[in-house]
Amino acid sequence: MTWWFRFWRRNRLEEQLEKELRFHLDQHASDLIARGLSPAQAKREARIALGGPEQVKQQCREARGTCWVEELLQDTRYALRSFRHKPGFAAITVLISALGIGATTVMFTVINSVLLKPLPFSEPARLVVLHGFLEHLGEFWGFSYPDFKDIHQQSRSLAVAGWTYTGGTIGAPGEPQYVDGRRISADLFPILGISPLYGRGFRSDEDRPGAAPVAIISYDLWQRRFAGDRSALSRKLIFDGKNYVVIGIAPPGFQLSGEADVFTPLGQSTDPRMQNRSAAFINVVARLASGVTLNQAQEEVSLMNRRLARDYPKSDAGVRMLVRPFMQDMVKDVRGTLWLLLSAVGLVLFIACVNIASLFLIRAVSRERELAMRVALGAGRGRLIRQCMTESAVLGLCGGLLGIFAAAVSLHPFVALWPGSLPRANEIHIDWRVLCFAIGMSLLCGFLFGLTPALRVPMHRLEEALRGGGRTVTAGSRRLHSPFVISEIALAVVLLVSAGMLGHTLLTLSSLNPGLDARNVLTARFALSPNAMADPSQIRSAWQDVLDRARKVPDVQFAALADIIPMREGENVLNYRTTPAPPPPDQEPFALASSVTPDYLKVMGIPLHQGRFFDDNDREGGEPVVVVDENLAQHAFGRKDIVGKRLWIQALGGPSRIIGVVGHVRHWGLAGDDQSPVHDQMYYPFAQVPVPLLHFFSSVMSITIRTRTSPLNVVDPLQRELRGASGDQALYEIRDMEQLIGASLARQRFLSFLFGIFAGLALLLACIGVYGVLAYLTRQRTSEIGVRMALGASEGDVMWLVMRQSLKMIAIGVGLGMIAALAAGRLLRHLVEGMGPVNAATYTTMISLLILAALLASFVPALRASLIDPVKALRQE
Amino acid sequence: MAAQKSDLPQGTLDLLILKAVAVEPVHGYAIAQRLEQVSRGVVQVPEGSLYPALHRLENRGFLAADWKKTETGREAKFYKLTRKGRKQLDVEAASWQRLIEGVALILGIAEGGAQ
Repeated sequence: MTWWFRFWRRNRLEEQLEKELRFHLDQHASDLIARGLSPAQAKREARIALGGPEQVKQQCREARGTCWVEELLQDTRYALRSFRHKPGFAAITVLISALGIGATTVMFTVINSVLLKPLPFSEPARLVVLHGFLEHLGEFWGFSYPDFKDIHQQSRSLAVAGWTYTGGTIGAPGEPQYVDGRRISADLFPILGISPLYGRGFRSDEDRPGAAPVAIISYDLWQRRFAGDRSALSRKLIFDGKNYVVIGIAPPGFQLSGEADVFTPLGQSTDPRMQNRSAAFINVVARLASGVTLNQAQEEVSLMNRRLARDYPKSDAGVRMLVRPFMQDMVKDVRGTLWLLLSAVGLVLFIACVNIASLFLIRAVSRERELAMRVALGAGRGRLIRQCMTESAVLGLCGGLLGIFAAAVSLHPFVALWPGSLPRANEIHIDWRVLCFAIGMSLLCGFLFGLTPALRVPMHRLEEALRGGGRTVTAGSRRLHSPFVISEIALAVVLLVSAGMLGHTLLTLSSLNPGLDARNVLTARFALSPNAMADPSQIRSAWQDVLDRARKVPDVQFAALADIIPMREGENVLNYRTTPAPPPPDQEPFALASSVTPDYLKVMGIPLHQGRFFDDNDREGGEPVVVVDENLAQHAFGRKDIVGKRLWIQALGGPSRIIGVVGHVRHWGLAGDDQSPVHDQMYYPFAQVPVPLLHFFSSVMSITIRTRTSPLNVVDPLQRELRGASGDQALYEIRDMEQLIGASLARQRFLSFLFGIFAGLALLLACIGVYGVLAYLTRQRTSEIGVRMALGASEGDVMWLVMRQSLKMIAIGVGLGMIAALAAGRLLRHLVEGMGPVNAATYTTMISLLILAALLASFVPALRASLIDPVKALRQE
Repeated sequence: MAAQKSDLPQGTLDLLILKAVAVEPVHGYAIAQRLEQVSRGVVQVPEGSLYPALHRLENRGFLAADWKKTETGREAKFYKLTRKGRKQLDVEAASWQRLIEGVALILGIAEGGAQ
């Protein structure tokens, strides 16, 4: 008979056992009767010979090997019953552990989906990206198209694909709407290992200039614009003013660095940068050929890298090409933050467990008498330990289930709260791994808080336990409780100091001067009508028309164009030099370059230190001019009065005259600017953008407006005014500048917020812990205190007696916590940009806060102890 | 009175049960009787441990059980040796034999030394 069989048939087996034993007794008795005993006597003899029938039966049951399950069920029933007697205790335990497990589960779900689960591509581990690296600039993602083509053709160890961001207005079918797009090389889909849901991918003969315009659309766009109709294939799509034929539908959920709706062949792009070996704007994705390791691929790429640097020193010298794992590149921004949050949540969970464990311990000590009684009645130690553990495991599991439920409910709000974009956000959901993790965690927690009480099951000196009934407490029990309280306090210190540091950082960063006047500034990307983009002079007049119209809108004070906006995504970094002779390639300085129209300075409220800003006379054909910021002036010339000097900027052709010096703007965000490898900034007039680049610049220009009232009031009139003759011009990504500044600290704010919550919880739990343990210990010492008072101890003496206990625990806890907090502070500095070193004021404030709260928590039991009536206390004994 | 009785050394009950069942299927009471008779009353089986031992051996697959009628017409649970049980019997009997010889040797040497 198998184990299962025995388990399911246990009732039947029970009957048979009964029958078998009865047969034995009857048989024995009849033998004895045959030997001359009276029936009654025979029966009695037979019974004595067999021994206690219940014991025999129990031993037989144990031989079956299914006993433990029955006992488990029994213990579970017993546990549930005892919780029903003390519903408050059970409810608190379940709630605290649900909170801890729920929060941990949310964090683990995000980590599991974003960091641990393989990417939804075939053999994702073999996917890599290629990065460029420059000494001055650090690592960057862009390659020039000619470099990409060379690598694409020459590489044997890598199958290489490229893509770049694009975007434009969809004219038809349906209402005009701006959407994001990607230009992709024909082999991108095959290299990622995905194929279109319907239709086909791009052929290599479509991935070249002048080929028939074809497009793949996203599943979303297909649903939105074509209602999911298969006839969308081979239909016409007007995107960015061009006619495309839809040839494929991308699989649902497909993302390439964020969502995109339209995919077009990269090789068809008429972007002038496509021929420029210095314009690094192509993202390169590749798949390792079979049997090739990352290192081998890197060697081959380095070889090509050296060849390119030799053949094209002007553009390629000094650039190092690096092969990086695809996944690592995708999640590198969030990896640290995610693990940081998981550890913080883990700490909270641990404090919660410790807290519950000490509650359990208190209960166990007061149950000592009951347990001793059961041992006296014959229960084995193992059996009692198992029972204790079952109780705590049941509570842990209840907490876990509630926690999983809470996690499922709060997962999506949490992801939505995430600052900026979380990669793979669409893949985040609870799966079997998360469930295993959560259930494992809850069992582990149950084990943790049941362990110490279980080990306290009394075995020796039963008599003492029975008599004392756990009323008089020994010093041993006091010692037993302090590690719990100490570790709670220490962990709370870590979380409090971390939260304090984050809060302090946030305050410091918020008070930094962004370098511009952010009040009443509106920024928005703007897509010019494709009809207006036919020839350069038309483009310039179209933009002039946009600015003129914008200025006419009521409440608009100034309007200007800019290609990049401070604190918003997007950057243009150019190298410059102060002499015509080129310096060694890897020593060329870089500056953030912004192409703007004359009113930009007034719109942004950037202070002018020297000279003048652009005016309408700085136009094409005139002397090229630039305005630089104070940093560039300092770095390049070592002084501020540099108006009239010249800068050679390779990307803009010949030398440019410096006509003014302005203040530095924290372009990379309040926190990020100091960390950025590029500190210098320069501005050049949009009117002097070289003609071949004009079309491209027009596709990235943003409009910036200074208003007299709240900037959001002018959005609607502005939209109407700028719609254009054919009604297909639109503002998008509309932000006000204060919003952008706020968003640049979103990560710090998010972390401070979460750590604030965690620290608050830790503080609360630690106080509950201190209070619970002290209240319990004081109650146990009632008679001792009574004796002391009877012998003349004052109320103050008694209070001091109790407070002294808590002071000792607090002191040790804070001491340990301070050391751990220093380590945690170092970790935080490493992970959060703009984070200052652990600062003494924060440190002291947070620790005082904790000490104060802990003292308050111990004050109540101390006060209660001092109010003990000695007569009553002694009578109890 | 019967001959002087000895306590069973630990673990020998299983061996004795296997041996008692080896000839033909028997019920629990008969096993107890048989062991006592064959050992001429020296081995007294503690009846309280007999049934747990039988159940244990049954669950380990050394014994199989059937409900059959006895001569008196009552239903009883009859145990018989399985093939696995027979092997176990050989193994345990052999090891018991070795133990006896070993113990006897030691006792013999001790006596020799005393002379």
